[in-house]
Amino acid sequence: MSQAPNESAAPVKRPAGRGRNLELSEALKAYKGVWVFIEHDRGHVHSVSWELLGEARKLADKLGCPVSAVLLGGPDETLEKFAAEAFTFGADKAYIMKDPVLKGYRNEPFTKGLTDLVNKYQPEILLLGATSMGRDLAGSVATTLLTGLTADCTELNIDPTSRALAATRPTFGGSLLCTIMTLAYRPQMATVRPRVMAMPPADASRTGETVQETLGMVETQIVTKLLDFIADANSNQINLPYADVIVSGGKGLKNPENFKLVFELARVLGGEVGATRPCVQAGWVEADRQVGQTGKTVRPKLYIAAGISGAIQHRVGMEASDVIVAINTDANAPIFDFAHYGIVGNALQVLPALTQAFAAHLAQRSRQVA
Amino acid sequence: MHIVVCIKQVPDSAQIRVHPVTNTIMRQGVPAIVNPYDLFSLEEALRLKDKFGGKVTMLCMGPPQAEEALRKCISFGADDAVLVTDRAFAGADTLATSYALAAGIRQIASEQAVDIVFTGKQTIDGDTAQVGPGIAKRMGLQLLTYVSRIVETDLVNRTITVERRAEGGVQVLKTELPCLITMLENSNELRFASLPAMIHAAGYPVRKWNKEQAGIEDVDKIGLKGSPTVVSKVFGPTPRSEKAEMLELETSSLRDVSLNLLQKIFTRHPTLESDLLMKELS
Repeated sequence: MSQAPNESAAPVKRPAGRGRNLELSEALKAYKGVWVFIEHDRGHVHSVSWELLGEARKLADKLGCPVSAVLLGGPDETLEKFAAEAFTFGADKAYIMKDPVLKGYRNEPFTKGLTDLVNKYQPEILLLGATSMGRDLAGSVATTLLTGLTADCTELNIDPTSRALAATRPTFGGSLLCTIMTLAYRPQMATVRPRVMAMPPADASRTGETVQETLGMVETQIVTKLLDFIADANSNQINLPYADVIVSGGKGLKNPENFKLVFELARVLGGEVGATRPCVQAGWVEADRQVGQTGKTVRPKLYIAAGISGAIQHRVGMEASDVIVAINTDANAPIFDFAHYGIVGNALQVLPALTQAFAAHLAQRSRQVA
Repeated sequence: MHIVVCIKQVPDSAQIRVHPVTNTIMRQGVPAIVNPYDLFSLEEALRLKDKFGGKVTMLCMGPPQAEEALRKCISFGADDAVLVTDRAFAGADTLATSYALAAGIRQIASEQAVDIVFTGKQTIDGDTAQVGPGIAKRMGLQLLTYVSRIVETDLVNRTITVERRAEGGVQVLKTELPCLITMLENSNELRFASLPAMIHAAGYPVRKWNKEQAGIEDVDKIGLKGSPTVVSKVFGPTPRSEKAEMLELETSSLRDVSLNLLQKIFTRHPTLESDLLMKELS
């Protein structure tokens, strides 16, 4: 979903209770502040954490409370450096927990660490990235704390009446959106997929307070052992969510061989290749290339959709792209309702023409630059 | 070896349509299927059974008609099936669902100890990926999510080694049984059901448990009452106000249209051209 940062919280209808407790107890009213779990691995913070800090800042400003970054890791990891970076993206405070058993993600020690911190410092909102780490951890922490968790949110807001987190997410494959709130439990937890929220600008002058905490677990207490980490070969890595240019193909390309036209245009543009779910299900391209509700969310500078009708399941994954170009033989295809530029035509003819035009233009311009 | 596989019956989301005026889901004619992600876990469970012997028990929470989804799994080779079904479960969010399924698994384990619980990575209707971790936490099981390969299962020392998909690589994890595993999509290929197996499945007496039979101790923890999340609003996506600017192929050549499009793209996104050139030079 496209974000409307200045939009005020939509009025939310109070749901029928049906005997449910929907009031916040006095004890839980003490929970204050917005937390972001900072995901890092092998010396690198996942960008989704900074995207979440940008959202957390907006929520905290509406609530009038601070933003905190939470960092768990091994003793030799540069968590203080990550914390300093978190301050530039909007955090006021950082909770750092270092322990040898927190080197490399494992569910058990991370769940205990994050749960202990929440119980001690009592934040009202806790946000995590909807990555394989974030989803694994969020589900475990929410169950341990017996609180509400909303997955894969596309919009976060504050309900003006209850001051609760109003978390909006697609449902039924993106056909509908629903807004979910956790009224009587704290913290209110939510995950957001990479690239759904915009990257906030860094403010190098911002600083914050750091709080050091300990876990109090030893290796012998932890059942699951991390034996190895096999990094993906660079050549195999498909980094769709953070690609600047994506050329995607749909079933309109007729057969898997025609996907080479998509690859050629992507190569000329230095971009990645994406695809719709039917193409992935038919085995035309790898699952990591799927854009949409059950695939990846992307927001490239340029998105070229070839032979894609624009079903809602695809749209929710790419409509935040800066410029969307659609090529389709059907003038009534829904993709033309949200693309910026459209060509009604056969992608098998238009793609090579575009490849040629871009290649010639870029070659000419780079000669001028050189 | 006793394996429990949890599944969900879901509407085939690819076929769901929303009424354009009322924004309600038109369920009519939409087939109910076994959540596709669950089938990768079912296949992996069946492979473990093929290798080590034992039994695969299916578990599902849902309305009475979810029995059909369980029968489907029997046809692929599961040995037994339990449907936890009670009006009191209605309206459950993931926290309440994990409570009910954990209770059901405990009941199944009281008949025969369970070595591994499988769930799908996520469902295609809820897409939360929360129920698997929730069950593991409630039962104190070791959790292995997004498993792409089971490397080794050692029943003597009761350990299992798996490869788990992480961001930018694969974790090799070793843990003790019992544990809970969610399989990654396309990690295996589901076998075909034979005709005799389909006939066997059609007549299989799926066990239906109400909340008492499922061993639910606290009714405040199931269904709507046990759900901390509240759905406050359901609405359709807002259409974009402007439609695409169309470039006509009928009046100009393919080459001219391409060049025209390039200019429009670079005008709309002023830094894109230099970004592309930087990439070209590096």
